Order: sequence, then structure tokens, then C-alpha cells
Amino acid sequence: MKVRIKFRKTGMMKFIGHLDVMRFFQKVNRRSGIPIAYSGGFSPHQLLSFASPLGLGLTSEGEYLDMEVESFEGSAAMKDRLNACMAEGLEVVSCRLLPDNAKPAMAVLAAADYLVFPRKGHGFPGWEEALSSFLGKPSVMVVKKTKKSERETDIRPLVYDFQRREDGMFLKLACGSVENLKPELLLEAFYRSLGKEWEPFAFRIHRLELYARKDDELLPLDSFGEERP
Amino acid sequence: MELEKLEEILLGVQKPGRYIGGEPNSVVKDPDTVDIRFCMCFPDVYEIGMSHLGIQILYDLFNRREDTWCERVYSPWMDMDAAMRREGIPLYTLESRTPVKEMDFLGITIQYEMCYTNILQILELSGIPLKACERDEDCPIVIGGGPCSYNPEPMAEFFDLFYIGEGETQYDALLDLYKEVKKAGGGRHAFLERAAAIPGIYVPSFYDVEYNEDGTIRSMTPNNPHAPERVKRVLVSDMTTALYPEKPLVPFLKVTQDRVVLEIQRGCTRGCRFCQAGMVYRPLRERSLEDLKEYAKKLLESTGQDEISLSSLSSSDYSHLKELVTFLIEEFGEKDVNISLPSLRIDAFSLDVMSRVQDVKKSSLTFAPEAGSQRMRNVINKGLTEEDILSGAAEAFKGGWSKVKLYFMLGLPTETEEDIKGIAALANEVAKVYYDTVPKEDRQGRVQVNSSTSFFIPKPFTPFQWASMFTREEYLEKAHTVNDAMKAQLNHKSLKYNWHDADVSVLEGVLARGDRRVGAVILDAYKRGCLFDSWSECFDNEKWMEAFKARGVEIGFYNLRKRSLDEILPWDFIDAGVTKEFLKREWERAEKELVTPNCRVQCQGCGARKYGGGVCFEGQD
Ligand code: SF4
Repeated sequence: MKVRIKFRKTGMMKFIGHLDVMRFFQKVNRRSGIPIAYSGGFSPHQLLSFASPLGLGLTSEGEYLDMEVESFEGSAAMKDRLNACMAEGLEVVSCRLLPDNAKPAMAVLAAADYLVFPRKGHGFPGWEEALSSFLGKPSVMVVKKTKKSERETDIRPLVYDFQRREDGMFLKLACGSVENLKPELLLEAFYRSLGKEWEPFAFRIHRLELYARKDDELLPLDSFGEERP
Repeated sequence: MELEKLEEILLGVQKPGRYIGGEPNSVVKDPDTVDIRFCMCFPDVYEIGMSHLGIQILYDLFNRREDTWCERVYSPWMDMDAAMRREGIPLYTLESRTPVKEMDFLGITIQYEMCYTNILQILELSGIPLKACERDEDCPIVIGGGPCSYNPEPMAEFFDLFYIGEGETQYDALLDLYKEVKKAGGGRHAFLERAAAIPGIYVPSFYDVEYNEDGTIRSMTPNNPHAPERVKRVLVSDMTTALYPEKPLVPFLKVTQDRVVLEIQRGCTRGCRFCQAGMVYRPLRERSLEDLKEYAKKLLESTGQDEISLSSLSSSDYSHLKELVTFLIEEFGEKDVNISLPSLRIDAFSLDVMSRVQDVKKSSLTFAPEAGSQRMRNVINKGLTEEDILSGAAEAFKGGWSKVKLYFMLGLPTETEEDIKGIAALANEVAKVYYDTVPKEDRQGRVQVNSSTSFFIPKPFTPFQWASMFTREEYLEKAHTVNDAMKAQLNHKSLKYNWHDADVSVLEGVLARGDRRVGAVILDAYKRGCLFDSWSECFDNEKWMEAFKARGVEIGFYNLRKRSLDEILPWDFIDAGVTKEFLKREWERAEKELVTPNCRVQCQGCGARKYGGGVCFEGQD
């Protein structure tokens, strides 16, 4: 049986990297005593798969993890059991049973929502308007570096939506194995376009939700699972 | 502390997870409900400090007290050190991010000499004056403990007090006293005076040291009526009643020892003459089998770790080892828990166990003959014969192993060129055993015999505490002799050899047996930028040499001089259990190449019996 776990990563936990979060969950699973399933082989491992690694320094309220279990005691019970073993800043939001034929979160991932805003002492007055007009252009060319090559690509099509909000700028960006745009890369291009020096940690980036595409529609990853008593 | 500023700093350093706390099983209390704030420090980087069992024991011990909140701090790595200094952020505790300087106590465990400069870093980043005599009522009481406190003198001026012995015994008395003195309106001095009367407590400022013209110590005398002539090491005489942390901290980061540790016993019966731990933790005291089974379960449950390791100086000597290991394998092996068994003697039993818990093909087998020739092994009282090693290796090869690690020391007392070359000869013999026992068709290529040597460093409270060391050039020559001899062996293609840094060994020698005058060199080296000296990428020997020169301290005086048996040694004021008479006797037996049997074969009257427990009373209840 597969369960999709949605969790939050906030506060100081932004300093714990993806691999460490994975190891953390493995231990939480053991501590909580949920009937997690193991792979075979000489050194068996838990069958866990994360939707998308979150970069160091980012916070999120919409992280996902698919977990294979031997039995399922119900959404609320599992959530409570896990949360009794979590740490401050890491919290399970929901545990939903996936249909047997569901594809792993990682494979179907298509987009992510972010909220970005400058850290204290960073940014500049009017940054929201400037960013809006930057994203209002039909194309935004950036140099994407890969291990092998450097090539110019247009990242504008990877920005699905943007909105000014009271507390910052909302961005819906492509996310996943096919197309992917990191908010850091977008912000850097934005700064460059203004002739400003980019400071790597000038903005706080908070991930809100992850989506998969279904019939041309973006649906939050948790909508693929079912809340079960 | 300003969180925004801290966060920005953390975004710019490697592994910021080192500096945030919040690990499962860490303890958070309401500061308003406690009387005592204690900060435990392991003066090295987080991943090393978090792997240390002693800290976990003390953390648990202190936090069991309702009136005390114990938090932690580790050495900020170079990048964090620079950022904190640049931004003016004081060293803070991980649990509550409170400046260390606001604590009542700062307890530092001193596990190895090469962390001495890190201790000064901790103090400086905390804003605590480095020298104890310059601290005022606003500073925490700085306590030192751990193996290096058996010669605290080089670091004496930086500590308010040392706790000599096992933490379980006197910390309650010390903390109760602190509360009492505080309530009565007394300050640091009043507290230290009364603390000095508690067994195990050494307050360096209450003692004066005088020197002879030749530089040796003339006398060490208390200058305060509360300070005893000799400081007694304290220990738990009955391990079956000792508490154990049932909910150890679970780090987020991958630390050096990322597993649950089960301490099965303390002390050792073997009496290897070079080994300080084997002498100062006497007598051997075992935990009960039933307790250990219980702890193993609880620890795995409370941490969610997938590996458990036994901890002791010589696990093979634990009386119920078979039952314990069988239990662990049967109980947890099924649940995908790895079982790691360090410090086991290689024999039929251990090989059988190891083949059940590890992948034989990948793992390598470790032997610690410590010396290459039988003569030399007799001198150091390492009761391992060539026969033991070769037959153990043969068994192992039959069992499928094909990688062997051999550990040796160079520069042991009475060592000859023949002993040195014996290292290569022994490595060659081990390789030969492989080709003799494993038929060609079963071989997986060549056997790998990796030998490594460290340079022997005489430690206080061992029979070799009087031994002289060598110069760096002499050490290197010894290593080259081994290296050349390796190349000349028949099986040289199967042999690999590496040796430790000679500069570090020379320095460690001075720090290990130094007196109070060495403190000035440590401070000077630190001021010149020495830090993380146990990390080869940070160690800067030149700066250390400049510091010795600037302070007019001769390395030769500490390392090369032959100490006479009646010389007053800097650590003589400590009663560590083993008597000086016993150590002398062992030193003389070493010179005569005589082996001394272990405690279980025949008690040697070493002095540790007075603690009233452990192996000294085995079979006598
Ligand atoms: S008194 Fe005897 S049995 Fe006890 S530790 Fe010393 S030598 Fe061993």
C-alpha cells in the first residue's frame, strides 16, 4: 500500500538538507512504529520516495513523500503517530492512501507554487512592480549551465503564473523532471536585468504547493490520494 | 539573539545544520523553572562531538535534575568562526540560542590533546576571558573533564576547575553546592573553595608549583586550606546501578558514529603498558546482561537508528558477550538493524558473529598487534602472539575475508631496528597465510594487507610515563625503515603501508606530559591562528614551533629527556587509582621483557581495588 505524506518544513529546519530530511524520515518511521515496507536484498531499505528535493535555505508547507506500508491504520491515526515523532519545524499535514496504480509523486510532478520576498536589509523599494514588469515580458532569456554545456533558454514559458500579494510575490513555476525552474534562477535573472548584483540569499523563498498535471489541469499532489478514516 | 542575522550567516556556511539544535530527543526546558543552566561542550566539530557517548551520558544525567537545564555547544568550523567574529555573534547554546557566557557552567570534555586550541576558541567566541584568573562573577564556571584531565596542567590556567573521574558520581554534589552557595549570596571564590573539598574536584588556582633549577618540579602545594594535597579520581564502583541515557540525541546530519551505542563495561583487565585508558579506568566493571538487553531495545525504539554498536575497551572480555551478541542478532537482525562489533579479538566466535552481521567480501578485518616482534609485544604487554594473529587470519580467509588491517606503533621504548622491520615481516606473513589457505580458484584477486603505524606517545598514569620520545627526523626514519622493509617482502604487492604525521606526534607528546609552563605555548599558538589541530588541513606546525620559540619552551625537555623514577611528575598530585609503585613495577618488567597476566588470571595489586568494585572482587561475593 502506498501512502502520500504531505509535510511542512519551516523555521530552522530550512538548514537541514534534502538527504538529511530523508534520513530523518527513515528514523521517524522506525520510532513511530508504522509498518513501513522494506526492499529485499542484503541491505534492505525503506521504500520512500520524495516528490522534489527542497533546496537548503528554503521553507515549505507543501512537501510530499510517498511511502510504501504493509498496512494502513487510517489517515488521522497515521498522521498523529508520525507527528508524535517529528521535530520542531517538520510537521506532517496529511497522510492519504493512494490508489494502487498511482504513479510516484516524483514522476508526475509538474509545477510548484512559491512565495518570495526580500530578507530584512535586502531588496529595494518597488521591487514588486519591477518583478511584475520583468515577468510581463514575452520572453526572458537566461544562460542555463549544465555540466556539459552552457546554453541560452527562455524561461518565461516556465512561469505559469505570478501575482503580487500583500506579503510578497506569488509564483507558479514549472517543477519536475521534464521542465524545471528554480525560483533562485528566476530572481537572479531579474536582478541581472536591472544591472543589479545578485546576492544569493537576498530573498526568502517559501514553497506553498506541488502539482501534477491531469487532463491539462494542475492538481495538488495530495488530491491524488484519499483521506481514509 | 537576532534570528535574522544568524539565519543569514547560516546560509553562507557549510553544513548549517551543525548550528541549529532541535534534534529529536534534545531537551528544552523553561528557563524560568530551573536554577542552573549548564552548557556541555565537545571542543570539536559537531559531527565528532555528537558521536561521543560521554556527552550523551552527562546530558541525560543533568537534565534528569528538575532544577538544571543542560544544553550543548560544539566548535564552530572555520567558516562559522569567521562569520561569528565578523558579525559579532557570541557563541550560543544549540537548544535555546542563549549566549554561552550567560550560563552558570561551561563543561568541556577534553578527549585529546590536539583540541586544546579549540578550547580557547570556545572561550573566546563566548566572550569569556581565556585565563581563569581574569573571570568575574558574570562568567560561567568553566569545568574540564575527560581523559586529558589526567594531566590537566598544560590547560590549568584556562579552567576554573577540573572534574577528575566519572561524571555520574559527584556532579549532583557539585550542582547542589552551587545552588547552596548562590542562595547564601556567595560568589565564584566561595563556590570554588567549597568545591575543592568534593572528591574528584581540582581547582588549579589553589595550588602553587615550584621548579628546580633543571626545570623539573620541586613541589606542588595547596595555597588554600580547602584544597586537598591529592585529588582523588572518582568512579562508579557498581555499573549495574549506573544510569544510562535511554533517549539519546538523534542528529539530523550524518555524524561520525551515526548509531546507537551500548556501553557494555568500563575499564580493562589487560594492562597494555602504553594504554592510558586501560590504566586510568581500572578496575573493569561490567554492566548486567539483562540491563543491556533492555537498553538495546529502548535505545533503538527511542532513536529510530538502524545500527547498534557495542562500546568498551575490549569487548571480547565481557563475560556475557556470547549471550549478548546472540540476543542482538536474533532480536534485531531480522528488523534490518545493523550490528557493529568493534574491538573484538579475532577468533572463531567473533568471526562467526561477524560473518552473520556484515558483508564479508566488503568488510575488512582489523588486528592490532601494536608491535612487529614478539619481543616488542612482550615489552608493551600486548598479549597477542604471532600464532594468534596468523591463525586468526587463516580462519578469516577461510571465511571469505580478503582484506586485513594491521595497526602498529613505532617509537616504543627499547625498540630496535629488528622490531621495526618485524612489522613488515608480520604483514608479509599474514599475506602468505592467505595464499597458503585459499586455493587459487577461490581467490578474489590479491589479498590486501594494509598496515598503518602511529608514533607512540607516552601518556600519564601508564608504565611508560617515564619513557623518552624521539625527534621528528628519527620518527620519519623509523617509518621509512618500515616502508623499505615492506617493499622488500615477497608479497609486497599485497601490502600497503601508511604512517601518521610525525609533527603532530611530537606536539602531542609535549601536550600530553607537559606542565603549567606549556600553557603559555598553547595560548601563543592559538593567538597565531592555530585551531583544529587534529585536522590535517588545519594543522600548522610552523606556527606551533614559533610559539615554542617565543615562549622559550624546549620540546626536548618534555619529549627527549629521560625522566628519573623519583622525579615529581606534573600529574602526581592526582590519585588515579593505579599506584606509582605499580607503574614503576610494570616499567621495570617492561625493560626486562616480562609479560604481566591480566586481572582475571592474577591480580597485580595495582591499587584500583580500593574503589570496592568490579573485577577485583569477581567471584568473591
Ligand atoms: S587491583 Fe588487581 S584485579 Fe583490581 S584492577 Fe588492579 S590488578 Fe586488576
